[in-house]
Amino acid sequence: MIHSENEHYEFAVHHSEEDGKKVRKMIWNIFWVLLGITALEVMLGIFWKSWGLNWGLIKTTFIFLTLLKAYFIVAYYMHMRDEVKSFIFTVIVPYSIFVIYTVLILINEALALFDFDALYR
Amino acid sequence: MSANTHAVDAKTAWGGGGKAPFGMSYGKMMMWFFLVSDALTFAGFLASYGFMRHRFYDIWPSAENVFTHFPFMHGDHPLIYVALMTFILIMSSVTMVLAVEAGHRMDKKGVSFWMGMTIIGGLIFVGSQAWEWYHFIHGTEWGAIEMGVGNFTMPDGSVKQTSGLMARWANETKDILALPWKDLSGEYIKVSGTQVAEIVNNGKEVFGANMVRNEYGHPLFANFFFFITGFHGTHVFSGVVLNFIIFLNVLKGTYQKRGHYEMVEKVGLYWHFVDLVWVFVFTFFYLV
Repeated sequence: MIHSENEHYEFAVHHSEEDGKKVRKMIWNIFWVLLGITALEVMLGIFWKSWGLNWGLIKTTFIFLTLLKAYFIVAYYMHMRDEVKSFIFTVIVPYSIFVIYTVLILINEALALFDFDALYR
Repeated sequence: MSANTHAVDAKTAWGGGGKAPFGMSYGKMMMWFFLVSDALTFAGFLASYGFMRHRFYDIWPSAENVFTHFPFMHGDHPLIYVALMTFILIMSSVTMVLAVEAGHRMDKKGVSFWMGMTIIGGLIFVGSQAWEWYHFIHGTEWGAIEMGVGNFTMPDGSVKQTSGLMARWANETKDILALPWKDLSGEYIKVSGTQVAEIVNNGKEVFGANMVRNEYGHPLFANFFFFITGFHGTHVFSGVVLNFIIFLNVLKGTYQKRGHYEMVEKVGLYWHFVDLVWVFVFTFFYLV
């Protein structure tokens, strides 16, 4: 059920038996997607060496698959998709800016410190 | 929607005019904002893990060499157990969202059944984490050697200090040691013969991991393991407690009387968040 700022808000977002069937189907579909992604991740983690794949590629794939999984959980299981757009942006945008900045600056600093150590070791 | 429901809503939430910011109920929005702040904490933990890992990337242990146990099985099973834990948590997320769905149909029986399953899933997960901690703290049967003060000349001619670093046994008969550094092909550098005797005489045997020493490699790896999985485990445990309280209310019929199961949705948001965090911990601690 889509919320809207122009309508009266409700706690009681009820749906009928037929709608329930559709929602349950969606829930199980997402479950198979999540299970498939996890299985793929584990397979790659165990076999990437024997499959002769490049570690940098595997690493990028892992991060991409993780973000994909996060999208499915937040959008469908936490029903973020049903909220108004302005709320979605209120949650996602400041958080993403802060976290991406933190991660980039920390990894960059860590590699600089590694080189610094190597100079004086 | 009965008129009764609206009366309850107006009294307990934003109040006045029936309008709400973002068209959301007060409780749900505040739960989202709490989750944002909690997600910042976890992002901080994982980012600082990344910081230390890249700062010491030449001697950082790889998780596939650390978490190799599986219950009732011997030998090397990297990733399988933690993959099972991930499956259990995803499964309990499914049961939670099914409880929310049943709530939308005012199906009290369905809500209580699926909430019960979620609680069981959560308890199995916490138990699995305790098992993982036990094996990590206990260590392997071989142990490892913490190297003493000295130098080691790498194959490329560079000299590394050995003090405090871990050399792990590479075979059952304990005559080959794997040093913490890797060669160009990505394999750990191995030493044998007199070099092993030298390292053993100059070093100290270590079993298992704690906050100061870690058989598997850098002590910071153990610190981050205890901190991140411990903080996440605490979240799972408190999630189980919250779920249990709501579960009791469902059984008592509190929400049936109220006319909606929004409380189940709110506690469901928290539970999905716990699953979401585990997705990231799984990737950045175990896979990458």
